Amino acid sequence: MSAATLPAPRPRRHLRTWIVAGAAYVVALIFLLPYLEMIVMAGRPNDELGDPTIFPKHFTFSNFTTLWSGTGLGGSIGESLQIAAGATAIVLLVALPAGYYTARHRFRGRSGFLLLVLATQMFQPAAMLVGVQREFSDFGIASTLALIIVNAGFNLAFAVWILNAFFSSIPVELEEAAMVDGLGRVGALLRITLPLAAPGIVTALIFTFISAWNEFLVALTLSLGEPTSQQPLTVAINQYIGEYSVDWGHLFAAGLVATVPVIILFAFIERRVVGGLTAGAVK
Amino acid sequence: MPALRRLTPLLWLGPAIALIGVVVLWPVVVMVQSSFQNIGGDGFVVGYDGTDDFRTLFDEPDFISVLERTVLWVVIVVAVTVLISLALAQLFNQTFPGRTVTRWALIIPWAASVMMTALIFRWALDPNVGVINVILHHLGVVKHLGSSQAYWLGNPTSALAWMMAVAVFVSLPFTTYAILSGLQGIPGDVYEAAAIDGATSWKGYLAVTLPLLRPAILVATLINVINVFNSFPIIWEMTRGGPGYETATSTIFMVELKQGNVGESAAMSVINFLLVIVIVVVYLGTTRWKEQVDR
Repeated sequence: MSAATLPAPRPRRHLRTWIVAGAAYVVALIFLLPYLEMIVMAGRPNDELGDPTIFPKHFTFSNFTTLWSGTGLGGSIGESLQIAAGATAIVLLVALPAGYYTARHRFRGRSGFLLLVLATQMFQPAAMLVGVQREFSDFGIASTLALIIVNAGFNLAFAVWILNAFFSSIPVELEEAAMVDGLGRVGALLRITLPLAAPGIVTALIFTFISAWNEFLVALTLSLGEPTSQQPLTVAINQYIGEYSVDWGHLFAAGLVATVPVIILFAFIERRVVGGLTAGAVK
Repeated sequence: MPALRRLTPLLWLGPAIALIGVVVLWPVVVMVQSSFQNIGGDGFVVGYDGTDDFRTLFDEPDFISVLERTVLWVVIVVAVTVLISLALAQLFNQTFPGRTVTRWALIIPWAASVMMTALIFRWALDPNVGVINVILHHLGVVKHLGSSQAYWLGNPTSALAWMMAVAVFVSLPFTTYAILSGLQGIPGDVYEAAAIDGATSWKGYLAVTLPLLRPAILVATLINVINVFNSFPIIWEMTRGGPGYETATSTIFMVELKQGNVGESAAMSVINFLLVIVIVVVYLGTTRWKEQVDR
């Protein structure tokens, strides 16, 4: 349906567009509401926490300013950053050669390797938690390093698939031409292939970073018993939940700190991320 | 040297294989081993105890109901997610002003940690001051704030219903996007041909669009089944599986058991793991992954 062959838009069509738009705005608002509520709650003064009102009478920033004293939240952010950055670096180092080689070469064991990668995408840490926990405690590996390795491992499949797809889409001839022009094999890889695959690389990096940042179950299991300031953010946020009462104001202020950056990061890869998750299976 | 050349793939793939070995394969070995050992809650290994862990697990009064609930949880959450996503994908496949912005709103539950989303809903369902209850009170649905009617998470049935709703909510973005990308792969002239044949839009959807979406729906469904089966943060943060184990799925049950009896928890993991393998085999069988690999 090309626009040129259609008659000029009639009023009825115009109305239909606005009905569709209206429905989409309502849906978008429903998806936003829970997170807007997080902002409302983070700004609610403590003495209004017991009021059954949708909005507080006053807004305050005190939940954000008092967030940093005494609870060690800064330490937790540092811990989460270390884990997410470390996992991302390992995924990049491991998935780049694997994605490139499987895209460029046909060899014995290639299908087997890709099947192994696809299978790991299907397993999640929850299914083998006991094994993960006992393995790292047997070897006496500190929780930070253990969480880096675990998060790298469980995001490897996504990275290998999306990189494989990107490298496959770059014509070999481009690389060969660059090699003829005197760049050499390594030069051609670094100057031609990697820049062309950059969107795929960035998508793999951001996706790994976000899922490691958000990971909860393994983090909860491996960092148990450590001081809050050395626990990842997702675990540390639970310190505001007491046995008899919950410090909702600080909980949601910390929640915003944990959530807003990754939502912004995710917006960058929104268009490509589905491809990486389903690449192994969609024909 | 041909022998050396055959080893070059290992040079490129070795690191990935090593990582998979450390994070996936070895834990499976340790897990299976643990399920035949007597291990206390503190992780101290007393010794091998044969199939005692499995027998203890099968004798748990809650074991069967937990498994039944897990099946119910997966089937309902995934089915509702896919149905709503089909409608949402159709909506967001239209052109209208502000589409980009609305699509950003759609991804938020996907980008945010599920744990935070679960905590927002736990707060919103607070019987005294939670915003959902306050709104329902204004609407007259909830008669009294603080009453047992407002305590949704205290009653196993209503708690499960709310937690399923949250699970659907966080699964919708990925599923909608997967179906959207399937929709965009359908060439426009297919619709024109259907329109010429006199198909109305609803008939055309059932006869033309839905069959062409089959691969996208299959993949999205199976990825969702795995995610929802392993889902932990929602139930953990909203009810901890309680009261008792009345809202626990097998993943929650496994984590709860780990605090008292690691061996029994490992046995539960092995059962979970076998279930995941069955799902994976079905996944690989239905999605023809091999055609993709050998392309």
